[in-house]
Amino acid sequence: MSTSPESSWSLFEVFIRSKQGLDHKHVGSLHASDAAHAVTLARDVYTRRQEGVSIWVVPSNAITASDPDQRADNFDPMASKIYRHPTFYDIPEEIGHM
Amino acid sequence: MYTQSLDLPNTDAGNTDSAGLPTEAAFLARIARDEKIEPQDAMPEAYRKSLIRQISQHAHSEVVGMLPEGNWITRAPSLKRKEILLAKVQDEGGHGLYLYSAAETLGASRDDMIDALHSGKAKYSSIFNYPTDSWADIGTIGWLVDGAAIMNQVPLCRCSYGPYARAMIRVCKEESFHQRQGFDIVRALCEGTPAQKQLAQESVNRWWWPTLMMFGPHDSDSEHSGQANAWGIKRISNDDLRQTFVDVTVPQAAFLGLTLPDPLLEWNAERGHYDFGPLDWDEFWRVVRGDGPCNAERLNDRVEAFEKGRWVREAAVAHAARHAARAVSIASEKIAA
Repeated sequence: MSTSPESSWSLFEVFIRSKQGLDHKHVGSLHASDAAHAVTLARDVYTRRQEGVSIWVVPSNAITASDPDQRADNFDPMASKIYRHPTFYDIPEEIGHM
Repeated sequence: MYTQSLDLPNTDAGNTDSAGLPTEAAFLARIARDEKIEPQDAMPEAYRKSLIRQISQHAHSEVVGMLPEGNWITRAPSLKRKEILLAKVQDEGGHGLYLYSAAETLGASRDDMIDALHSGKAKYSSIFNYPTDSWADIGTIGWLVDGAAIMNQVPLCRCSYGPYARAMIRVCKEESFHQRQGFDIVRALCEGTPAQKQLAQESVNRWWWPTLMMFGPHDSDSEHSGQANAWGIKRISNDDLRQTFVDVTVPQAAFLGLTLPDPLLEWNAERGHYDFGPLDWDEFWRVVRGDGPCNAERLNDRVEAFEKGRWVREAAVAHAARHAARAVSIASEKIAA
């Protein structure tokens, strides 16, 4: 099967901006012959009900991800740094909103 | 449209883990904490295999599900109904794509999955091997078949595998339109002439039992259910889902003035549920194993559509290659200049 033409369609990740002013968000992936083709297909697959106003496609193999095995090392240290959040600090009632 | 196939045997979902993978106990603990499993996370090989089987069968069901309805696109009774049906069939194609993509995140190749469908090796939902002889069948498929599908699929939105759960959320949103448009077709027929109402009744008579079979074998006969429950893939049992479906559908049929073809169907106040008659499991297994009214026709149509579309796929590749070559030659001209 590796010689069939559909095999030479590469995999793209699709990102959709749902509304002007919001971020593009990952919605899924699809196969296409090139990037322009991927945008066309993404329009048909992911915006049939006005889910978006803009589409990004990225070749899947261009994405570098953090290692899931490193998840604890990467992200757990932040759990103890609660002083980075405004709710860590008591504000006297007399002061009100700050 | 639907997955019943998670319970259909055809692959070896063994329990052996090769070295380096998490122990079953550690993995089950993650599942018990309701953690989602994502593509790059370590997972038992049997979990991966089982998901690939279920998600690809689900994808095949979406794609084959376009065929019985496609039968009526050119003969829909009005432009409005035709537009709606086109949109629905297009949705089914999209659902197939979401699901194939989810299966690919587990390392399955799209070509292999399509090949398994076309060679008859892979299963898809038995319901699509029944014919759509009348326009009323398009209504009944939406109302009953998609209704049963939603009941099956809503719990999958919470399944443990992230990409599958996210695909199902998208599918369920769109599926709700499918069920309502089907109910709308049946309702229009029931409020029409006696002949139209009879068309609806005959259609419901044909589809009722096959729809109940969509929920799969009894829990006691369902070989994959136990493991799928433990892995957080299946949340509610086949029999419980089937009962819920009967309970919600009986009043809908009554509203339409239609009867359901089961003399044993009766409210059981003690159980708080409707009792219903036994399903014809011989028919179920016959259809699953390839001997339904339309199995051969569906596969032929699917393979033919794939082959007839081959030149389009090849042309897309040729087009992309020519554009890439042109971009390179323009770039080198600029450098030369």
